[in-house]
Amino acid sequence: MHTIIQSFQFFGNHLHLFRTKTGQQLELSLASIGIAMALAIPVGVWLGHIHRGSFLAINVCNIGRALPSLAVISIGIGILGIGFTNTMVALVILAGPVMLTNAYVAVEQVDANAVQAARAMGMRPWQVLVRVELPLATPLLFAGIRTGTVFVIATATLATFAGGGGLGDIIANEASYGTAGVVAASLTITVLAFAVDGLLALVQRALTAPPLRHQTDALRTVASVTDLSTEAP
Amino acid sequence: MSAWPPIAAGGVVIPKFGKPSECVVQNHQFCAGWFIDHFSSRFLTPLLVHIELTAIAVGVGLPIAFAAALISRRYHWFERGFSLFAAFLYTFPALAFFELMVQVTGINKFTAEIALVSYTQLILFVNILTGLRAVPPDALEAARAMGLTHRQTLLRVELPLALPPIMAGIRIATVTIISLATVAAYIGAGGLGSLIFDAIGTGFKTEFIAAGGLAVVLALVADGGLVLLQRTLTPWTRRSVVR
Repeated sequence: MHTIIQSFQFFGNHLHLFRTKTGQQLELSLASIGIAMALAIPVGVWLGHIHRGSFLAINVCNIGRALPSLAVISIGIGILGIGFTNTMVALVILAGPVMLTNAYVAVEQVDANAVQAARAMGMRPWQVLVRVELPLATPLLFAGIRTGTVFVIATATLATFAGGGGLGDIIANEASYGTAGVVAASLTITVLAFAVDGLLALVQRALTAPPLRHQTDALRTVASVTDLSTEAP
Repeated sequence: MSAWPPIAAGGVVIPKFGKPSECVVQNHQFCAGWFIDHFSSRFLTPLLVHIELTAIAVGVGLPIAFAAALISRRYHWFERGFSLFAAFLYTFPALAFFELMVQVTGINKFTAEIALVSYTQLILFVNILTGLRAVPPDALEAARAMGLTHRQTLLRVELPLALPPIMAGIRIATVTIISLATVAAYIGAGGLGSLIFDAIGTGFKTEFIAAGGLAVVLALVADGGLVLLQRTLTPWTRRSVVR
């Protein structure tokens, strides 16, 4: 308890430091999340739409999850050198697969009857995708984005080892900042992760069709932790 | 190549790596010759330590998660508490968790294991509980009708039926721990991460790539091996698995 109080004091005394480091951490995280989303979601959604490539879509998640981030950063230092890009690549590799697999499963599992009804109404394939499949897929699709985002914000800490800055600089330098500093920085990251997750939840809610809103939270843990992996061959 | 001297933290590049080849002196991207020459003296032990760290964490974590899942089935408040703990750990940086545990139990493998076991819980617990809950009520009723006791129902009916998600959980937990164990080297737990931190001290590129690459290969091999084990243990799921 004493440590926690000290960490708040530390936070209060080093506001400027925290503003800089949190900014770096957010910048790195958001850039990685953005790139991961831009790469992974269109592919996942498309594969789900055409009902092909389940082997690829599901295994990419398992392989992505299996890659140790620090190891990827380490290989990155050897190839790309030290800096922002290196850690960003590692974080994209961390978050992309979860997003791709969830996007795939989300679109793929849309009720076939709904899709058929849409076709019977004369919708074109892209209309089916935009008006029927994507709205129905939103909860699971967002589950992937949110899981990936939380991973990235927590893991961006490792950027410090590749000279990428962020709150990891405080955590990995206990000698200078002391336990209070480490705790304060860690709690900042936790709060940051919950806050960004909460923001995404709001975005998700706004984008989800009202009748589907209640199932969101129940889906989340199941989708990210269990279902995808049990399905995987 | 000369015999390997004991590993000192943050040494200078050249003296540390024996009789240097051109590639090592120039610090080229990857010196395959150096890696092959030094595999058994420098890489093998950390690799084995890494496997040991992971095996212990999952081996200890599994019975704890199982017990927690059984308790949660009876007391719902326990599940809530456990889930909160899991959600918190999910976002708490592993690096900081390792460091903070050092204050409690000191710099050693035990500290690393406590942290690693904690991280297995959030995956294993959820999957075991989900697996047990997904057992069809008909199967449970049939078991009761056949006169099986609670323990017999658990061991002969529920556990086999819950095996696919449980195995999936073991699989995710294992690769997650392999990943986190690289970070555990920061508090002196050894393993492949110690080579990565060593390389951060020296800037030797071959070591960065070799140590990172070994960790990646280890994770992929473990993942693949567990898939095979899962298929062997649950032959009835095979047809429904591949769509």
